[in-house]
Amino acid sequence: MESVNKNEKLLEVKGLRTSFFTEGGEVKAVDDVNFNVYRGKTLGIVGESGCGKSVTSLSIMRLIPNPPGRTVGGEILYKGRDLLKLSDSEMRKIRGDEISMIFQEPMTSLNPVFTVGNQIMEAVMLHQNLSRKDARNKAIEQLQLVGIPSPEKRVDDYPHQLSGGMRQRVMIAMALSCHPQILIADEPTTALDVTIQAQILDLLRHLQEKFGMALILITHDLGVIAEMADEVAVMYAGRVVEQARVGEIFANPKMPYTRGLLNSIPVLTKDPTGKVKKKRLETIPGIVPNMLELPVGCRFQERCTYVIDACKEREPDLRVIAQDPILPHSIRCGRDI
Amino acid sequence: MFVYIARRLLHAIPTIFGIALIIFVLFNLVGGDPTLQMLGKHANAKQITELRHEYGFDQPMYVQFFEYLKQILTFDFGRSYATKQPITQMIMNGIGPSLTLAIPAFFFTTVLSVSIGLLVAYYRGRWIDRLMVIMCVFGMSLSSLAYILFGQYFLAYKLGWFPIAGFETEWPDRFAYVAMPIIIWVVLSLGHDVRFYRTALLEEINQDYVRTARAKGLGESKVLFVHVLKNGMVPILTNVVIEIPMLILGSFLLEGFFGIPGLGGMTLDAIHNSDFPVIKAMTTVEALLYIFGNLATDVLYSLVDPRVSLK
Repeated sequence: MESVNKNEKLLEVKGLRTSFFTEGGEVKAVDDVNFNVYRGKTLGIVGESGCGKSVTSLSIMRLIPNPPGRTVGGEILYKGRDLLKLSDSEMRKIRGDEISMIFQEPMTSLNPVFTVGNQIMEAVMLHQNLSRKDARNKAIEQLQLVGIPSPEKRVDDYPHQLSGGMRQRVMIAMALSCHPQILIADEPTTALDVTIQAQILDLLRHLQEKFGMALILITHDLGVIAEMADEVAVMYAGRVVEQARVGEIFANPKMPYTRGLLNSIPVLTKDPTGKVKKKRLETIPGIVPNMLELPVGCRFQERCTYVIDACKEREPDLRVIAQDPILPHSIRCGRDI
Repeated sequence: MFVYIARRLLHAIPTIFGIALIIFVLFNLVGGDPTLQMLGKHANAKQITELRHEYGFDQPMYVQFFEYLKQILTFDFGRSYATKQPITQMIMNGIGPSLTLAIPAFFFTTVLSVSIGLLVAYYRGRWIDRLMVIMCVFGMSLSSLAYILFGQYFLAYKLGWFPIAGFETEWPDRFAYVAMPIIIWVVLSLGHDVRFYRTALLEEINQDYVRTARAKGLGESKVLFVHVLKNGMVPILTNVVIEIPMLILGSFLLEGFFGIPGLGGMTLDAIHNSDFPVIKAMTTVEALLYIFGNLATDVLYSLVDPRVSLK
């Protein structure tokens, strides 16, 4: 067993820019995003709908629908090779084999007219040159691995015969069938019941430990981040606005947007008499800016309670505010608060 | 499934009875007296009475209807007024030439239009898609007669690539005569079919499972021809299967213009000659084939889509 060097950079995303060219103009859905993914660790990417987190993950997989979308700049270095420079066929060898992805919608992400076994077999036959029989055994093995009961029967089921949680397990089984180095999970639990969410997250963590793979976990749920992530990138309007190790983010959030996100988690506390205190939930005022008409200066200015005139003149750069050997705490905010 | 098919066939019995009733009413009550047309303007009363007796028109209506039902059950539709031949024999003779034209035409139409539909759905919004849509609309807008005249005048008469019209029973000469009608059939059908399949497949091509298939590392051809196409089979079958039994009936227009002795041309002639028994027989056969086509479509749905279960 090779020793797992926890500080080995598997994936470096540098200056990634992905735009959608619409009739209204160019929408810079991902605009100069940088982060690293380390072997065996979990990077959480968090943000509201439309902040560019899914587009970031699809850009890594090179699955941005073109037209209208296109990755227009930056580098995605996987083990030193720039994925953006690979040919389509080279990229296909990486997809599903070395980098896999699971999606938010387990109900629609599986093909309804093929058995789940068939869909898993397809991946292993493609990447591992297994015979049909071996591939079938592998599929059963994978279903067992993700905790599907009586996998030798389920392997012949169609997706509509399984529940949402079971389907997401099938998606995970499929994504992990070739033992990828990196698994990208795009809101893997959003569409599931709360109890099932916890099961799926447990499963992901367990499998991550077992195979030593890196995980890019995309979510809008800070609870999931707290439980799963080692490093966190907070995204807003196509930009990374705060980045730090997970403990630092929760202990010491510096960007007003991150604070807003943390404040909008419901907290139940009990007063000394044991009665549950109900605290009014805070929200971040306003809505995400129109990506076609971004304001001059900081993109968060219209919703920020700390805004000063300087915020409206120039957009702050991402700056380091606390050193750290793995991931320095950095924020895209001009103020010290 | 066999139980399902058996039950559907049982259900077909009252349907066929209803169809028979409607056809009977249309032909025997609304259609007028065929003997008057057969004998012309100068017929005298005696001739009319004799002919009416010969064909059984002097019988009470329920007896005539019963006779018609018997014809359907025994598949013996009597004799043509015009040719005096047994109609069943005429139908049997016509099926061969009709299918010689219809089967290849249908095959090429389906393969071509599904492939082109898939291609343009894949390249939606790009120049090839726009070009194809324009060509489809153009093709649909031209009268079918324009294609026939163009083919017969330029390709056959001027260039001599094909015979202008006619038919040859012997193989493989038969192909020479049906080649141009087949091409015209395919071209005539493409406009509508490509647009239909494009719409149906566009719906599928944007589904999440397509993204999953790509995320697995599958190549585009596998994504399209395995994942998208199998999901697109339901609309494709809807369009295709119902047509298959109808192929036997042939094409009125093409058989008529190209002198192919199939059922389409035969029906057209029968209409021109007010050959009621032939028209009635063909209408009945068409209705029966339609019922069969519907049943076949439903059964095939369950084969391509596991979510459809036949109960």
